[in-house]
Amino acid sequence: MLGIETSCDETGVGIVRGRDLLANVIASSMEEQARFGGVVPEVAARAHLEALQPTLAAALAEAGVGLADLDALAVTSGPGLAGALMVGIGAAKGLAQATGLPLYGVNHLVGHVGADLLRTETDADRGELELPTIALLVSGGHTSLLLVRDLLDDVELLGETIDDAAGEAFDKVARLLGLPYPGGPEIDRAAASGDPGAIRFPRGLTAPKDRDRHRYDFSFSGLKTAVARWVEAARDRGEEVAVPDVAASFREAVVDVLTAKALDACREHGIPRLLLGGGVVANRRLRELAETRAADAGVALRIPPLALCTDNGAMIAAIGAQLVDAGRPPSDPRFGADSTLPVTRVQA
Amino acid sequence: MLLALDTSAGTSAAVVRDGRVLARAEEAGTRSHAEVVGVLIADALAGADVSPRDLDGVAVGMGPGPFTGLRVGIAAARAVAGALGIPVLPVVSPDALALGRAEPTLVVTDARRRESAWTLYDTPDAEGLPVRRAGPAHAPSDAVEEAAAALASGIRFTRLDASLIPADALGLLAERLLALGRPLGPAEPLYLRAPDASPPGAPKRVSA
Repeated sequence: MLGIETSCDETGVGIVRGRDLLANVIASSMEEQARFGGVVPEVAARAHLEALQPTLAAALAEAGVGLADLDALAVTSGPGLAGALMVGIGAAKGLAQATGLPLYGVNHLVGHVGADLLRTETDADRGELELPTIALLVSGGHTSLLLVRDLLDDVELLGETIDDAAGEAFDKVARLLGLPYPGGPEIDRAAASGDPGAIRFPRGLTAPKDRDRHRYDFSFSGLKTAVARWVEAARDRGEEVAVPDVAASFREAVVDVLTAKALDACREHGIPRLLLGGGVVANRRLRELAETRAADAGVALRIPPLALCTDNGAMIAAIGAQLVDAGRPPSDPRFGADSTLPVTRVQA
Repeated sequence: MLLALDTSAGTSAAVVRDGRVLARAEEAGTRSHAEVVGVLIADALAGADVSPRDLDGVAVGMGPGPFTGLRVGIAAARAVAGALGIPVLPVVSPDALALGRAEPTLVVTDARRRESAWTLYDTPDAEGLPVRRAGPAHAPSDAVEEAAAALASGIRFTRLDASLIPADALGLLAERLLALGRPLGPAEPLYLRAPDASPPGAPKRVSA
């Protein structure tokens, strides 16, 4: 199974055999995005068109297979940036027509969960993904909390961000602090020598009044503004901004909310399993706090290898392979890009 | 035998061979390229009663046209050609409409944002192939003819507004260009407009 992913700024092509990972090649337009300080959809879409065929060729070479060896194709149909998704869908449909292979449109967010199914040579002893599980997916485009009872038939969205995605907040705060894009690694680096308790930044949607409607939702826009105010006030007083302390305190506010809500979901639903996914999993402090809190709560924590946490085609192929194994028919040939595809629709 | 594809306006697919159109399939919608591109390729191949393995190349319209749709056809054409190990034959999309027109012609298609894409053609050359005098370029939709006339050196032209670039004509043109050893279109899309984004300035102040 070959999977194509173009929902944001990474062009990913992956090849899997059942649950064995054969290739995972990713081309990123991050360098082009850097000068804009964030992902510009049109820049991303243009980069996908340029990168797609080379990425596809590289994936086939890495897997050591030819198109004739493939049984089926999968492509992300949503959620994501519509113009970016359509490049992948156009290519996948062309490939399907040329090869006669069945094509499956796959949900990007469920793909992040599916990434954990994949076995690589180095992690043969990671054990199996057990269901049901809570899944926390955190990236530059998404911040979502899922309850996964069945990968193909029963995925429930418990909550998601109501404004900025967590990764986006990292980018914006980095810019505020004069740090380059992408912000995640920069904040991580600056925070290393800072005191996470130096400044008590707000934890969005954690007040008692939010418990009914927004228990599992996230909000990072207010946090970003609070950091901006703090930095401005310090500068107004003529003080030098203690970047390490601001970075560490901001990061702590983000990962505190993320992990607290994820473990709250585990407790409320009586599910002692938590899976992390998405590019922000690269954040060291997020992994660390998730590990501590999961251990304290008796929750088993699973984190796929980092190359499978960021957006990639292998995770899309993994879900495609599950769909084939379950005997599902290919997607309607007229499926399109759905920028808001709900997690309840695993297949387009 | 060529598969031809254009998504610079509506979506059109065709199969041509030796100057003959074997099949053509199309949908006029300008916002459904990703949905229909696969089906139309399949319809064109089925209509011509050929298998993808019979193809010698894939002609594709490189625009200009609304970017999102334009990319769908190019991505699909490259994938088909890549999978079959045959060349992509890029063509300037409006050239397909100018093919076979004896008089100077202004081809106009939508470019969104109240702009149109225009290309002005002279009378055809000795081989009967389109000769671009000016464009392709963008102009405000209500001032396209003025923009073209400014570069027309006084020649009179007929305006042709199109909501679909017919892939059969595109494929026939690609065949002729190949046969005559003429240059094809550009390898990359004719965007004619930079991405709508600028590098950020200093962060905006949020406190009073």
